[in-house]
Parts: sequence; C-alpha cells; structure tokens
Amino acid sequence: MGRPGLAVLDSNGRGFVGELMRRAFLIAVPYVWLLALFLVPFFIVLKISLSDTALAIPPYTPTLDLSQGWSGITEFFSQLDFENFVWLTEDDLYWKAYLSSVKIALIATIFTLIFGYPIAYGMARAPEEWRPTLMMLIILPFWTSFLIRVYAWMGILSNEGYLNQFLLWIGVISTPLTILNTNTAVYIGIVYTYLPFMILPIYSALERMDESLIEAAEDLGCSRIQAFWLVTIPLSRPGIIAGCFLVMIPVIGEFVIPSLLGGSGTLMIGKVLWEEFFSNRDWPVASAVAVVLLLILVVPIVLFQRNQQKQTEAEQ
Amino acid sequence: MTIKTLTLTAVIALGTSAAFAEEVRVYNWSDYIDEDLLKKFEEETGLTLVYDVFDSNEVLETKMLAGGSGYDVVVPTGTFLQRQIQAGAFQELDTSKLSNADNLWDVIQERTAGYDPNNAYSINYMWGTTGLGVNVGKVKEVLGDDVALNSMDLVLKPENMEKLAACGVHFLDAPAEILPMTLQYLGEDPDSHDKDVIAKTEEVLTSVRPYIQKFHSSEYINALANGDICVAVGWSGDILQARDRAVEAENGVEIEYHPFAEGSLMWFDQMAVPVDAPNPEGAHKFLDFILDANNMAAASNYVYYANGNKASQEFLEEDVIGDPAIYPDETTMQNLYITTPYPQKTQRSVTRLWTKIKSGT
Repeated sequence: MGRPGLAVLDSNGRGFVGELMRRAFLIAVPYVWLLALFLVPFFIVLKISLSDTALAIPPYTPTLDLSQGWSGITEFFSQLDFENFVWLTEDDLYWKAYLSSVKIALIATIFTLIFGYPIAYGMARAPEEWRPTLMMLIILPFWTSFLIRVYAWMGILSNEGYLNQFLLWIGVISTPLTILNTNTAVYIGIVYTYLPFMILPIYSALERMDESLIEAAEDLGCSRIQAFWLVTIPLSRPGIIAGCFLVMIPVIGEFVIPSLLGGSGTLMIGKVLWEEFFSNRDWPVASAVAVVLLLILVVPIVLFQRNQQKQTEAEQ
Repeated sequence: MTIKTLTLTAVIALGTSAAFAEEVRVYNWSDYIDEDLLKKFEEETGLTLVYDVFDSNEVLETKMLAGGSGYDVVVPTGTFLQRQIQAGAFQELDTSKLSNADNLWDVIQERTAGYDPNNAYSINYMWGTTGLGVNVGKVKEVLGDDVALNSMDLVLKPENMEKLAACGVHFLDAPAEILPMTLQYLGEDPDSHDKDVIAKTEEVLTSVRPYIQKFHSSEYINALANGDICVAVGWSGDILQARDRAVEAENGVEIEYHPFAEGSLMWFDQMAVPVDAPNPEGAHKFLDFILDANNMAAASNYVYYANGNKASQEFLEEDVIGDPAIYPDETTMQNLYITTPYPQKTQRSVTRLWTKIKSGT
C-alpha cells in the first residue's frame, strides 16, 4: 500500500502531476487509517449484528461464501435482518444499562475534573525546572499494568483492607466500611485510572496561557478569584473539554473497573455486552449492543465538533 | 537487498514453524495444577509448555467458537464440552498415542460418556462438587453453635443471610450451578430445562440477593482464606485450597467445605484437543503425561480435587482420598446430581433471569 506512495514522494518537484499525487497521498493516509482501523471493523460488527446465532464456528449464520459467486452474495444479504435491534427495544435491561453507564461516566468525569484541574493548575504554575519532573510523576503510574493497579485498589478498599485498617486504627470508624463491590469503589477506580487523561490536556492549555493576562485583569480591578473565573477558566476550556471527552467516552464502555471493583448491582453496558457475548453466546445481539453504543458515543462527539467549528468561524 | 529480504523471510518462516512444533499450549482453569508438573513435562518431553488460565467456561467457550484459539489442550466442563463437540470445536483423540489411557476410572468414564459419547473427544481431568465454604468461627459467632454448616438453608434462607451479610457471602457467578442448586432446594428437578420451572428460583434468590456481596467464580478462594468473607457457594477443591492457604497464613481463619445435605451438583472437567490445534501431536503427549498415575496423583494432592484416574488412587495422600468432601462415600454419591446443557432459547432466558437476579433489573 505504502510503496507506490513513497515512489510518488520521491518524484517530488516533477511539476504539477507530481504535486497533485503528493497531496492525494498525504490526504489518503488519514483516510486509509480510518478505513482500516474503524470502518472495516465497524462493518464487520454491523454485519454480525444483522445475523442469527448458530451452534457452529463461528457461532452465527449466515457467513459469506464467495465460492458460490453472485448467488452466494445475494443469498447472504437476503438472510440479514434487524431482528436483534428490535430485541434490544423489547427488554428494558438494555436502555437501563446504557443510561446507567452514561450516568456513572458523567459523575466520574465531574469528579475527575474536580481532582484533575487543581493538579494541572499547580503543575502549570510550578517553576519551569520542576515541570518535567511533575509531568513524569503523572505519567509514572502507566509503567505498571492498569490491571495490577486496579487489583491494588481491591487490596486497599476491601473490608480487611488497608483503608479500613487505617480508619479503625485512628478511631474514625468502629466497624469496617463496605466500599469494595459497590459503586463508590467503581468511582474511585475510574477517577484514579483516568486522572492523567484529564490532567494532561488541561495542563497543556494552562501552560500555554500568557500570565500577563492575569496581571492585566488584576490591574483592571479583578480580584484573584475573579481573574481565575473570568480569564483562566475560559482560556483552559479547550483543555477541559478535551479532558472530559478523553475520560467520559472510554468510561461509558468500561468493563474492567466495574467488574473488579463493582458489585453485582453495578449495571454498565460493558458488562451487558460481556454477558451477551460470553454467557448467551449470542454474538449477533452482542454486536447490536455494540453498534448502538457506538451511535450513543458518536452523536455527542459530532455535536461537539459542530459547535467547535461554529465557534472558530465566529472568531474569524 | 532482495536476496537479503528473501533469506530473512525464509529464516523467520522457518523460525516460526519450528517454534510451533516445539510448543504445546494448554488452557486450563486457574489454581488447578501443581506447577512442578509443568516443569516436569518440559523436562521429560523437551517441549516448551505455554500454560494459560481462565476462570469461566463462558470465556473458554467463546474462544473455542471463535476458532483459531491457538491452544492444543483446553479443559471445558462436561455440559460445555457437549455443546462444543456439537459445534465441531474438537478433534477425536487418537487412543494409540495415549499409552496411559487404561488408568482411567470406569465409574467416572460412565458418567462423562453422557457428555462425550464413548469418551471419544476427551479425558477426565478432575471432578468435584459444588457446595458450601464456611469460615467456621465467624458463622458460628453469627448464627450460634448448632447451625447446620451443610444445609442450603444457610445461604437460601433470608433470616440466615441477613445475619451473614455482615461478614460477607459470595456466590459463584455461574447460573448453570446456582439455578440447579436452587431448584434442588425447592424440590424440583435440578436439571429442568422448562423456563417456567427455572423461573421459580427467582423468588428464592431475590429474597437473599441483598445479602450477597458478590457473584464471582475465583475471588472467593482468597477472600475466604483472608477472612474477608465468611461463606461462599463454590467448588469443592477451591474451598479446600482456601482452607490450606488460611492454615499457611496462620491467620486464625478456619475454613471447611461441605457438600449440600440436600444434594450437590457433580461436575467433570474434561481435557480436549481443539479441532484446529497447532500441535495435536504435542497435545496427545500432554494428555498422556496427565494420564500417568503418579502425575495425576500429584495434581490431585495439590489442588484437592478428585480425578478420574483409578490407577492414581494408590499415590493419593490420605487427606485427599480419605476426605469424603473430595472422594464422597457411597451414600453421598447417591445424593449427587448432574446437569445437561441448556438449549439456546432456554440459555437466553436463564442468562436474562441471572442478570435480573444479580442486578435487580
């Protein structure tokens, strides 16, 4: 795929045609990326979501048989239907799970922002020579497997865990708190895991900010707090929005944290998907759940992008 | 340049094919073997053993039905094995390559033939029962000294569970185990495939649901051993392992395993070779190694599960072969029941019921 493109690049400067091909190549790269890593897998999932289950390898039918030629293809398409999507509307489990996932993701994102913003702010205001070290400290947890870090929280939060032992020792509580296997533990796990994804974009927005703007605001009669609300927050808004998206979107589909830290009452779409896929062996319905989840995630992203575009146009 | 690339490709190709021939990939349940046996197998055969673990039949089944799992030996439970054989996921065993096959125990073979006709596709690895793991001290503290530690009442009666909730109760996250158990409690056929009969379990399980801390199929071993929970509905050998871990930790936790007095589910974990196994030759070598009486006895002595290997019994330690929780006596045997796989439609309603019981929706 890449080789002819490279050849075109080599012929760079050979006049109009060469330039045109170079441009086409540069534009093609992201589209090929999108096609190979997003659209193709999506259509495979979409195709499975229109199939029926079967006791076979793979466990759904029909499968595309190209050896039959055109009749095989038409036969294949005639067997696809939207039955599985209808099924999703018939059982309230699914929309409850979607709703509960969005709720958990929203609350967790707000908490991540509350904890992440002051950290990012502190980093951006720290003396220049400290910043690489602080940045390093934020990134450092990624050196340990995410799974192990979530497991560590199980040790901290369990009834006989470090947190309870500590609280009992200092005498704040007399009986251990049940935190593990509840939604509280899920929130703790999500906020902890996703904190760097909130801090880094906000930090990069704050770091670029011109400090003299704050001085100007203060010269014009703002108190420090007013200057923060009227200048710093609006200027860091792109960072906040990027951070919130980076946290919220993966959290909606999160599976590992709720299954390790959450209780059986923690209803999230990731778990429902798991059950469809593994317990029911119903790949078609599992795929339908995934397709709907994708639509739920894509809509706010598209709305957000439109909004951004309008804003940049308005600014120009 | 081209020649270099060609040679390199050839070397890589040779390298990978050689690596496949030398490797046997085994996918078994977690905490289910004495790891010294794995080293012994490598030493005896010169093959490299890749040993991965899982903790639910569902995960294994999905890998099998997706195909191309890359494993040479896998260990599904009987009911799952039966369905996967129907899906064409396994290859028939070549008995000429299993020199130790005579060691198998006819009593178990007769039962496993119900899942795998003529035992053509699998050999029994271990079998066990599903019952109660109790932290004796804590349970007696909560429910009094004369509580029956082997009764389903302990975990299916709300008044008991209400008190036990404070010290923690785990259930297996396996509807195919918990629903038959509840049916048995209700006096129904535990192997019922009738949706309406199965639905009767909802009321019982919902009434105790608020007091169950977690449904999980492997965490309870450590949770019991650490004293984090006081009761688990779990698999016999796992609970006995928890007992031993607590003894080793010297933390004062005393764990006991009891099959249900009302009758327990008996299950069989079978070793089988996937139809697309990269190294079926090596897979048979591994099966034959496991069939060896000494090796099988070592595995059972380590994990506290009974096995389907008659010849291994003389090498079993007294606290394994002599423990009725592992090798049940004749009367307990009579009390054990087995189940068969649910058809797809029933499976869907069973899973849905299970979700409803677990999450309340």
